Amino acid sequence: MSKDQGVSRRQFLNYCLTGVGGFLAAGMLAPMIKFAVDPALKKGKAGGNMVPVVDEAVLTGEPSNHGFKYKITDAWLGEQETELTAWIYKEGGQVIALSPICKHLGCTVGWKNDPQKQNRFFCPCHNGLYEKNGKNVPGTPPMNPLDTYQVEVKNGKVYLGLVEPNKIVGGA
Amino acid sequence: MIRKMYDWVDERLNVTPMWRDIADHEVPEHVNPAHHFSAFVYCFGGLTFFITVIQILSGMFLTMYYVPDIVNAYKSVEYLQNEVAFGVIVRGMHHWGASLVIVMMFLHTLRVFFQGAYKHPRELNWVVGMLIFFMMLGLGFTGYLLPWDNKAYFATKVGIGMAGQVPLIGGFITKLLQGGDIVGAETLARFFAVHVFFLPGALFGLLGAHFIMIRRQGISGPL
Repeated sequence: MSKDQGVSRRQFLNYCLTGVGGFLAAGMLAPMIKFAVDPALKKGKAGGNMVPVVDEAVLTGEPSNHGFKYKITDAWLGEQETELTAWIYKEGGQVIALSPICKHLGCTVGWKNDPQKQNRFFCPCHNGLYEKNGKNVPGTPPMNPLDTYQVEVKNGKVYLGLVEPNKIVGGA
Repeated sequence: MIRKMYDWVDERLNVTPMWRDIADHEVPEHVNPAHHFSAFVYCFGGLTFFITVIQILSGMFLTMYYVPDIVNAYKSVEYLQNEVAFGVIVRGMHHWGASLVIVMMFLHTLRVFFQGAYKHPRELNWVVGMLIFFMMLGLGFTGYLLPWDNKAYFATKVGIGMAGQVPLIGGFITKLLQGGDIVGAETLARFFAVHVFFLPGALFGLLGAHFIMIRRQGISGPL
């Protein structure tokens, strides 16, 4: 009769053993795997604080470089200050702050730091070029425009926040 | 699918006999708890190994967050325990497992001792077992310092103080363990290295020898 059912006694016991063993192993490994994967599943902190960087009156139509300290939270180290810089200028009453990090491989770009290329952000690593509004010049390595900082002007002071993708220009 | 993959490997490397040699061996009736319930005492060695596997796995995962540095060690442990998902469980496994592995190993040793299973021709395996015992104690001692809290610090002070009582070379041993004149930054870095690299490495070798010898010599006969 047992032959009809196609599962031998030995096979049944093997299934039971594999099942119980698998359950034990899963119970052991599941917390460890969640423990390891946790940082990848945690949501990034929304918002971010705005930091006063420079007086609005100082700014002109020409991008100028301004350093500032930004607070980030780093695991058990808690709040850390990191030094950032921005290329800031005014255009039509609007303040624009560009991140100096090249979108090609992350070197630091400078405004007019190559005498041959007027009115361009230039990256010395691989000759990447960007226009004043951060738009990447076609035919140079970068594939995207320079990132911008969140900008807020309060009581004549310019406040900067998180870096976000450039919304002033489309990619070239 | 899995069957086909297995066959593909098996055809080239002939792994089936290997599997048979490792897993497919007869268990004598007198060590099978299904026949004599008192045979559960033969499980202690396997349980010790099982907990050792848990220790290795949970330890590997803990090092993803732990930092062996006197400024950050305590904070990193606090962080992984309270901020990371299942941190309490993973550290709990390592914490409780550390005690349990000693308990199981001790029961295993007592069984071998009172059954006289260490006698000829298994003397060498007893010696290897004793070396494993000391490796485990070393792992417990070095691991205890790593959270860098008060308990860890003073337990290590006491432990190193005891080691320092050895005649003639006590001072040398103290400095060797501390990596300097005080229990401090160098001690923590050194204990971490010993805890995660040196002792586990030695332990793997000894466990391998322990198991190969069991297989070669078989399980000792009934009392």
